[in-house]
Amino acid sequence: MSESGGDRYMLEMQGVGKWFGNFCALYDIDLQVRSGEKVVVCGPSGSGKSTMIRCVNRLEEHQAGHIFVDGTELTDDTKNIELIRREVGMVFQHFNLFPHLSVRRNLTLGPIRNLNLSKNEADERAMQYLERVRIAEQADKFPSQLSGGQQQRVAIARALCMQPKLMLFDEPTSALDPEMISGVLEVMVELAQDGMTMVCVTHEMGFARQVADRMVFMDSGEIVEVAPPDRFFSDPETERTKLFLSQILSH
Amino acid sequence: MTIVGTHVGSRRLPPPHARTPLLSRKSPLFSLVQLAVLLGGVTWLIYSGAQAMEYNWQWYRVDRYIYRIVDGEFIFGPLLRGLGVTLEMAVWSVFLSIAIGMVTALLRLSNSASGRFLATVYLEGIRNTPLLVQLFLFYYVLAPILEIDRFWAGVLCLSFFEGSFASEIIRAGLQSVPRGQYEGSDALGFTKLDRLRFILLPQAIPLILPPMTGLLISLIKHSAIVSVIAVADLTTEGMNIISETFMAFEIWFTVAAIYLVITVSLSFFVSWLEHLMKRHR
Repeated sequence: MSESGGDRYMLEMQGVGKWFGNFCALYDIDLQVRSGEKVVVCGPSGSGKSTMIRCVNRLEEHQAGHIFVDGTELTDDTKNIELIRREVGMVFQHFNLFPHLSVRRNLTLGPIRNLNLSKNEADERAMQYLERVRIAEQADKFPSQLSGGQQQRVAIARALCMQPKLMLFDEPTSALDPEMISGVLEVMVELAQDGMTMVCVTHEMGFARQVADRMVFMDSGEIVEVAPPDRFFSDPETERTKLFLSQILSH
Repeated sequence: MTIVGTHVGSRRLPPPHARTPLLSRKSPLFSLVQLAVLLGGVTWLIYSGAQAMEYNWQWYRVDRYIYRIVDGEFIFGPLLRGLGVTLEMAVWSVFLSIAIGMVTALLRLSNSASGRFLATVYLEGIRNTPLLVQLFLFYYVLAPILEIDRFWAGVLCLSFFEGSFASEIIRAGLQSVPRGQYEGSDALGFTKLDRLRFILLPQAIPLILPPMTGLLISLIKHSAIVSVIAVADLTTEGMNIISETFMAFEIWFTVAAIYLVITVSLSFFVSWLEHLMKRHR
């Protein structure tokens, strides 16, 4: 693309639109994320935050506009979708670990099948990332034997094992007990410090202040405001942003 | 502590229903007697009915049709040979119907409109025509075209018939795997086949297995229908023996008993398997 050709973005969304029936879930979304940049997306529930990042790896299909991941456009072609998914890691609200596989197998199956790693290479890589999320000793347990926070850290490690260029987080701490949240956030902060390109949908504003390069505020399927976190929190431009911030920061 | 002395004491007594008097209505002995009376009644009904039509019971002649021992050598009688054919058909058919069911289930769940249409036509066609008519179609129409013998015509007919049920079992199993498992595997870039093989099927099989064995049992029962195209299965052998010996009562009871032994032992085997699987969770 000529517009994106000069300055390569890790993720570029141009005029992306998405409808569920007649309901417009995303309208004219423009977003560019540079390599190494951390973007935190927030907004009221139903504002399209999840839908937006789920379009990036085609868990939802966008019906208008263009999405580029590291310069490659996301198309309807199955192979193209599979390749992009292998470069984009995703962490879900409900972990979505495979319950019938051990933690180790959860981490190695993707690299073995989709990156053609040998079993030993994949094992080695799995242990490396499990150590990074401080859960290596649980490698041979099954997901159901772990706490929610541990499961989410395994899920992060599983995504990292694909060595993605871009990580998407879809409300990674929303389903966790309060005491489990900090462990997951710590791992995410470290990941950010290591230079990973991240797009996080989250309500953890402390985390946002700490790592975000830019805040994106969405409402009813549109991006309403994009700003660096200090200005976003201290001096939001729009009324809608002010209202949202007052609601979530009031207590 | 709110529990006081007398309360604790009374808790140590066995629960009131632990010992039932032997002659009460709830005792197992009562149930056994009930059952014996019922069975005795039915037996007497059949026996006296047979007496009234002056039926000549010849149970002593039945065993030679099951097996014979000649010079210390065990020889399969026609009924056991028939059972062999029945089981052979059932084994072939169960594998074929799982394959057909798998393909149909995947077609129905696929994005392809023509695939879904094809699967629906097959399912509706099989479900809404009599099995007997399907068998005649396979035997008189397809068998000459495909140049297959009556055994394979029977096997194919049974496979397509049970395959329609198998497909619903497999579809239900796959659909009961949570949405998040699809998304979790998609996000890692698995191909559809790998997703099915490594993520979806391993989680669906424990749910698919019990109804699938029910399918095997009904397959064994339904296989009796191939006697109308003269495949030498258990039922056909029974009919042949009766036409020679006129022992309709004895042989049909024996044939039914053989089917019963096979299907009941299969059910027991399955519940044992399920028990084993639950323990391994």
